[in-house]
Amino acid sequence: MKQVLIAALASVTLSTPALAQKLAIVGGQVYTQTDQGVIDNATVLINDGKIEKIITGTQVPGGYEQFDAKGKVVTPGLFGAMTSLGLVEVESWAGTVDASVDNARISKTGAAFDVSYALNPDSTLMDVSRIEGVTTAATTISYTDYLFHGQGSIISVGADEPLVKPRAFIVLDVSASAAEASGGSRAALWVTLEQLFNEASVLSSVPTADKPWHGLNSRADLPVLKKILAGDMPLVMHASRKSDILQVLAFKQRYPDINVILMGADQAWRVADKLAQANVPVIVNPQMNLPESFDAIGATMQNAAILDAAGVMVAIGMETHNIRLATQHAGNAVANGLPHTSAIASLTSNPAAMFGVSDRVGSLTVGAQADVVVWSGDPLEVTEYAEQVFMAGEAIDMTSRQTQLRDRYMKLHQSDGATPVQYIKP
Amino acid sequence: MALTRSRVSLALACLLPLVVSGCQTTQNTTSKDSKSGKVSINPNPYPSTYQAIAGTPTVITNVTILDGAGKRIENGMVYFAEGKIQAVGQNIDYPTNATVIDGQGKWVTPGIIDNHSHLGVYPSPSIGSLSDGNEMVKPVTPGVWAEHSVWPQDAGFGRALAGGVTTLQILPGSGNLVGGRSIVLKNVPNRSMQDMKFPDAPYGMKMACGENPKRVYGQKGGPMTRMGNVRGYRQAFSDAQEYQAKWQKYSDDFDAGKNPTAPKRDLDLETLAGVLDGDIMVHMHCYRADEMVTMMDMMKEFDYQISSFHHAVESYKIADKLKQNNVCSAMWADWWGFKMEAYDGIRENIPMVDAAGACAIVHSDSELGIQRLNQEAAKAWSDGKRAGIDSSMAHAWTWLSANPAKSLGIYDKTGSLEEGKNADVVLWSGNPFSTYTQAEKVYIDGGLAFDLSNAQHQPVSDFEVGQQATGEAQ
Repeated sequence: MKQVLIAALASVTLSTPALAQKLAIVGGQVYTQTDQGVIDNATVLINDGKIEKIITGTQVPGGYEQFDAKGKVVTPGLFGAMTSLGLVEVESWAGTVDASVDNARISKTGAAFDVSYALNPDSTLMDVSRIEGVTTAATTISYTDYLFHGQGSIISVGADEPLVKPRAFIVLDVSASAAEASGGSRAALWVTLEQLFNEASVLSSVPTADKPWHGLNSRADLPVLKKILAGDMPLVMHASRKSDILQVLAFKQRYPDINVILMGADQAWRVADKLAQANVPVIVNPQMNLPESFDAIGATMQNAAILDAAGVMVAIGMETHNIRLATQHAGNAVANGLPHTSAIASLTSNPAAMFGVSDRVGSLTVGAQADVVVWSGDPLEVTEYAEQVFMAGEAIDMTSRQTQLRDRYMKLHQSDGATPVQYIKP
Repeated sequence: MALTRSRVSLALACLLPLVVSGCQTTQNTTSKDSKSGKVSINPNPYPSTYQAIAGTPTVITNVTILDGAGKRIENGMVYFAEGKIQAVGQNIDYPTNATVIDGQGKWVTPGIIDNHSHLGVYPSPSIGSLSDGNEMVKPVTPGVWAEHSVWPQDAGFGRALAGGVTTLQILPGSGNLVGGRSIVLKNVPNRSMQDMKFPDAPYGMKMACGENPKRVYGQKGGPMTRMGNVRGYRQAFSDAQEYQAKWQKYSDDFDAGKNPTAPKRDLDLETLAGVLDGDIMVHMHCYRADEMVTMMDMMKEFDYQISSFHHAVESYKIADKLKQNNVCSAMWADWWGFKMEAYDGIRENIPMVDAAGACAIVHSDSELGIQRLNQEAAKAWSDGKRAGIDSSMAHAWTWLSANPAKSLGIYDKTGSLEEGKNADVVLWSGNPFSTYTQAEKVYIDGGLAFDLSNAQHQPVSDFEVGQQATGEAQ
């Protein structure tokens, strides 16, 4: 992907045109997303693609290239909490969509599928997302007839080697739509799940190919369920109705080692204390405030705020083509009571913690990958924007297919119209 | 119906003094004038029963005003009474009995007008039994009217109101080449569609380009291609021309003292003829620039006017041609890529259309998006500014009020804070170009339709009454 030297981009603010081994982002209001909190007039020191240190003030030690961030806001790169980035270019009727799986005989439940084989770092969605600050994403299958949505990956958005963590989590729908696909009733869905997990838990090892196996899970699915049971792969359970969320909590009690994340969760505000007690984090769409189904009656824009106040860890950002709008979603949660600092966490450190990759992304912690965004102002304001994004310590090219289409047609409209548009290079 | 806009309307008879009685709203749809015996068609068989919420003379002081027509007034005042804007300015006279609201630090705008909504026809909950937006049994169904599908108990109306939406057009879906008539509603949720129907707003007609019709009908007898789509529209308008001529001949023959038999009514052709007559405004779902250009040729071929292209994701490519042809574009700020014809969507679409002097509108097509159209305009305004397109917030508000009002044919009644216009007014907690700003008070025709701090002034749909989880339905 296009990673250009900082100097080529911002030669005015930078002193030397060499590859930035050591970079200082100077003088911004820095959201560290660590114990250091938010520091005004601070400097982010980056060495060899990693966060080296956050210092107060603008006294940069020798040997650092400098990027001026005075008057700006600096955050870790945003973490798209649930996307299909790299798995879909155009969703509808436009060729293969790796974010959609049906009829694959190797799996009985969908647990075995692994999107790390399917990722396309050259997808145009990558540039579109990362120039607006989204540098990391959880990505997985969004549509399937199977119970599980396959094993998702954590990726660096647009990086040539995108995998931060393959087989990092798995989504399991336990909402009404999943019940519909499991015989039409939750009465069948939960018994099915119980049997699947029970089978995986009583087996001491996965049957090898030379032995007959007639179980409920396929051979390919079993190791994944065992990994979930051991707590090594977060299980993202999609539920909205209060009673379904309570079933999720009961499930968690039966299998206490499982690392459960709740997703969707329109009625989660009704059981916020219980979720906090059980230490179950939640991924929400804070704009969801309509009774879009009988499961979502009482959906409210205060959901995120109520959960946060109860002590539940909240992540915001469930989208693909427009994961860049997660900031607006979080801003609307703030307008409905979520503290601003929690909103920033919901876009950065919280999802990183949920998916077990806090040491590498989601914060400006020492040693983390230096994914940093310099914003024109408050990132949650719809009129502010990412001015410069750094990934692994390098300034990225802040263009996308969209900005190039824009530039081509702006040129056309400024011209006399004599040149056919396809000869106008953006 | 806007009878004054007729050219050779089916409703033409209504303008003739002899048959005026045939046009009264209480008449049967087709009626014979008792004196002359001439058959005419009632253009308004499901008349509005809208009644404004009672208001009191109100003045809001100390506010920043965006008047919706492009003007900004600092430390302004707006006074409304009797359902109408009475005065707007920095210093205005108002009677001593007026309720005074100190708007210190707050902003006032005209109500937001969304010209693309499916509230009521695709309501919440989103379930098959309530999904009434697409009559996908044949590709050309201009005879269906969205108003006959509107379920007024959709909680989405109340949520949109909380976002400052005072008027909205409900459209049929885009599965068909011609999807049917749209209806303009006042956003005061009530018992029936008629209770919400915007008095004297013209009807619209929904058409659709591109992928949707060919996907729906490709395996159901066609059209299965874009060229098939165009054949479908052209044949429909040709048929409508013939139908229009038949009724004209009937009218001419009758007036000439002959004794003609009135043509048989055809509800599909009647709506299309209403478009050709200029009584019904065309709203066309169209994403791609090249298709929009073809549609503008087609509108000249059949001599009608397209009011607005909807979604219009590629309008930025042909902004000059849209201006020449006087066609509005109703757009999202940043939706893209969910289908091939949306692949070239860019953030600067709205400001680029606007900068070319063409008519730009921010629309929602979404029960969530409609709740924060001010933020959609804010994004587009900001994105334009970054790209070097400088315009004021006051101007950008025309995308939310004046321009959609024009596209719906109701700008003489609403869409700006000007003396004599309907008092559709929003008091915002701050600058409405901020994510954090909320609509505090929303007035429709001077009546308080929504008050953020008073549940008595917040509508609750029947569907949400008595449910265990109340959430936003207080």
